[in-house]
Amino acid sequence: MSNLPFDPLLLSIAAPLAVAVAIALGVPKRVVVKLAYVGFALPALLALHVWWYFSTAAKEAHGYAFLTNYSTGLDGFGISLKLGLNGISLPLFVLAGVVGLAAGLYALQSGAERMKTYLLLLLVMQAGLMGVFASVNVFFFYFFHELALIPTFIMVGIWGGRDRSYAAMTLTIYLTAGAMLSLLGLVALYVKSGAGSFDLLALRDTLAAAPLGKVTQTHIFGLLLFGFGILVSLWPFHSWAPMGYQAAPSSAAMLHAGVLKKFGLYGLIQIGLPLLPLGAAHWAFALAALAGFGNVLVIGLVTIAQKDLKQMVGYSSVMHMGYAFLGIAAGTAFGVGGVVLLMVAHGLSVALMFLLSTSIYHRTHTYDMDRMGGLVQKAPVLAWLFVAATFASIGLPGFANFWGELTIFVSLWNFSHTLTVVAVAGTVISAVYGLRAAAKVFFGEPTGAFVQVAQAHPPADLSWSEKIPAFILVATLLFIGLWPSSLAGPINRALPGAPAAVEASR
Amino acid sequence: MDISHIAALAGGNPWLSIWPEISLGCLALLLLALEILLPPAAHRRIPAVSIIGQLVILCLLLANLPVAEGPVFNGLLLLSSQGQLMRVFFLVTSILVAVLAGETLPKHRVPRVEFHHIALVIAAAMMLLVQSRNFVMLFVALETVTVGLYILVSYFRTSAKSLEAGLKYLVLGSLSSALLLFGIVLLYGVAGNPALAARTDHAMQFSNLALFLSANPHNFLASAGIVLVLAGVAFKVGAFPFQIWIPDVYEGAPTPVTALLAVGSKAAGVVVLLILVTEVFFPYDSLVVPVLSAMAASTILFGNLAALKQHNVKRLIGLSGVSHAGFILLALVSASRVNWAAGAVYFYLFAYLIASFAVFGVMTVLSGPDDADQELGSFAGLGKERPFLAGVLACGLGSLAGIPPLAGFMGKLFVFVAAFKAGHYGLLGVAIAGVVLSIYYYFGWIRTVYFSDEAPVTPPAAGRPVGGLAIRLALALLAAASVALGFYQGPLGAWVSGR
Repeated sequence: MSNLPFDPLLLSIAAPLAVAVAIALGVPKRVVVKLAYVGFALPALLALHVWWYFSTAAKEAHGYAFLTNYSTGLDGFGISLKLGLNGISLPLFVLAGVVGLAAGLYALQSGAERMKTYLLLLLVMQAGLMGVFASVNVFFFYFFHELALIPTFIMVGIWGGRDRSYAAMTLTIYLTAGAMLSLLGLVALYVKSGAGSFDLLALRDTLAAAPLGKVTQTHIFGLLLFGFGILVSLWPFHSWAPMGYQAAPSSAAMLHAGVLKKFGLYGLIQIGLPLLPLGAAHWAFALAALAGFGNVLVIGLVTIAQKDLKQMVGYSSVMHMGYAFLGIAAGTAFGVGGVVLLMVAHGLSVALMFLLSTSIYHRTHTYDMDRMGGLVQKAPVLAWLFVAATFASIGLPGFANFWGELTIFVSLWNFSHTLTVVAVAGTVISAVYGLRAAAKVFFGEPTGAFVQVAQAHPPADLSWSEKIPAFILVATLLFIGLWPSSLAGPINRALPGAPAAVEASR
Repeated sequence: MDISHIAALAGGNPWLSIWPEISLGCLALLLLALEILLPPAAHRRIPAVSIIGQLVILCLLLANLPVAEGPVFNGLLLLSSQGQLMRVFFLVTSILVAVLAGETLPKHRVPRVEFHHIALVIAAAMMLLVQSRNFVMLFVALETVTVGLYILVSYFRTSAKSLEAGLKYLVLGSLSSALLLFGIVLLYGVAGNPALAARTDHAMQFSNLALFLSANPHNFLASAGIVLVLAGVAFKVGAFPFQIWIPDVYEGAPTPVTALLAVGSKAAGVVVLLILVTEVFFPYDSLVVPVLSAMAASTILFGNLAALKQHNVKRLIGLSGVSHAGFILLALVSASRVNWAAGAVYFYLFAYLIASFAVFGVMTVLSGPDDADQELGSFAGLGKERPFLAGVLACGLGSLAGIPPLAGFMGKLFVFVAAFKAGHYGLLGVAIAGVVLSIYYYFGWIRTVYFSDEAPVTPPAAGRPVGGLAIRLALALLAAASVALGFYQGPLGAWVSGR
């Protein structure tokens, strides 16, 4: 058990929120920056702390550690703020802490207009993200997701780039539709389970004793699948994602693509698969087909065609979500474990990609890859970080993504040979666009357009304030890549029981 | 102050049980008396007397909230915890209307004291309305509310829009009163028919009528009467197809009156419907539930679709209010099968009250010389110029849209859970579609406030007004309450969940 005199999970949510409130109440600008550092660093440190102590912490029901419960006046509905971590939520909690710190540090050096409001919204988002993965109560799981989602809309609308107003509107409507569908699914689960509680542990116990009928499971899982699917940009409900990320300011894109988007997948793994195994089995093939042919193949090819760097990163994140869906469709403990690992790895690598794209933009003054080239001579550190991020997202060994993709492919083989082939072909596709982007931006002769820009604004390499957040992300990627069992251990211990039920139902 | 010992002294005198209504009436009279007695220079202080007086009554009411439940005045009224809650609701509404009026009325050359006087009378009548358990009492209270509103809607006598609104409200309001009255008469008549089982001479009394209806669950005349009564009340609620009057009347009425119509009048109608459906018409569930379900679905769809393309924010908020009536009807329909759904209705009303007044308050502060002319475009750039007002507006709109962590989300969640438990899956689908549609116009408004690069269509010469101290305080409280009630429902949530 952690030996802190307070609840680390509650503090990781409360600290950024408290800083946000302090900023809202109007503390002086000098203090704001210092407070913001605290607000971003505390959750990350607490996340590392619980990661370290997780294996030795006392486990309660269903492998949950650090369980605490706070009443909010709705105990009658089975709604209370119940916090805790199991092997599935721990990696994502760590992800939220690390990416949050990187995004926060990057925001602090960005010099954005109306910095106070920007930091305030990012901190609220950070609090929401920590809350999503620390919540054991399904209601608060959803609640914190929305808490993190609303600032995204606002940040895209105010600090966004081209077409920000339109992008913010599209994002809002799409994601609200997804959120409402999944809310309906969760309410359905709450009512139909008869547990009279949103508490995930109570739901598990109730449904283990008296599982729902196949038809009911199919309906509820369908609601969850498409609700969460919209939120995770399942093809063909993905079109908000590239547009939104294109317009979003970098820190918001890092947090959304890196962490918040994993909410839907996490929901399917933590709630959908264990509670509704028959429903999951029913939808598995449809999901796999959509994800395999839609996300991986179609979007993969679309990604190759992109000329805009940030849009390419946006599309590539849609494509990689396809792998995660494939792993969920395969449904084995091995595959789902791979999905959790991939979620963490992808979160880190896509956040790094967005960070670097923005840093590239500051040097080239364009996202158009045809108007760049030869940046490696001016900014070698930036170049090698970008290449590392590209390797990570392709899934080369040494980076965390490799382990996630490998386990997904292995478990997918038993599910469908065709889809495995499609998925493996996908890595070739991502190698094509990833390496081509690296080549176009950094290597070769500088284009005429870039030479002009470079004369007007001589590009420098990454400053330390940009390097530190990037290094944090790369280091975490490498750490997990070289020592995967640091995360895979807890994941493995959490998984049996859940997806095994899926196999049994086949 | 504890008044229970006074109650003991009075030995259960029923008049004492309606002390909040009586005090409001006395306060209303006091305002008129002050206008006669005080020198003209002091007249502008009179609205403050109204607000302070109501605050005192509110404090007394909150201090004496638990009430001895039971009928008074031979069953004309029923004292209950729900009734107490709604008393608080209408008192808060009335105080906020007075605060809003304190901002709006000085911008126009109109008498001020009468406005506050009438608003107080309406508040007292609404309190009586939601506690009445007798059709005579109900009709008298309802007409007191409606007649007061006729005057207030056309209060800006020099504005053509206000007069038009008043006329429309008068004509359509009378029509709805006629429908209601006709329905009551049919029910009364058929219940007195000696040929039918459990006939009664006192069919105006809800409990007697309920007994009669239970004994004759398939009577055609009674069915017709029930539908007419529902239609009459649906007009107050603004449910489809009785929502026709809403956009024009809301646009023309002075903004504080629009707020009173949108919150007070709607809530009164909703609670009356709730009482009728759960306590009187329950033997006719097979009739009432389909009628109200159809009404709920069409109300949600109509309100949201019609609001999509509005440029005038008063019309927009009116039509969004129509859609909220639909959501509340959804909970109402569920109340016959899920017993805590009534609690969901009350919670929704409170969340709606807080959010609506936040929005109306900002509109009041910003309204120019022509109160009806409040275009969406005039909000452009508000976020930069008046961050406080913009923040309150965003809280209010976000809560109306049902976005967590604001109170409106909890309201919607309760309604959805109740509807799901009651098995109204189709209606839920409509409701979800409605929520997504509503995001378009609520968010569009927020987008204009914060993200718009264009300058407002008619930039005010000396910047936008900031509002007086009272309204700024009220707005801050409302925004804080919207957030707080979303995070922590406390006693109200415990009361809703009934456990």
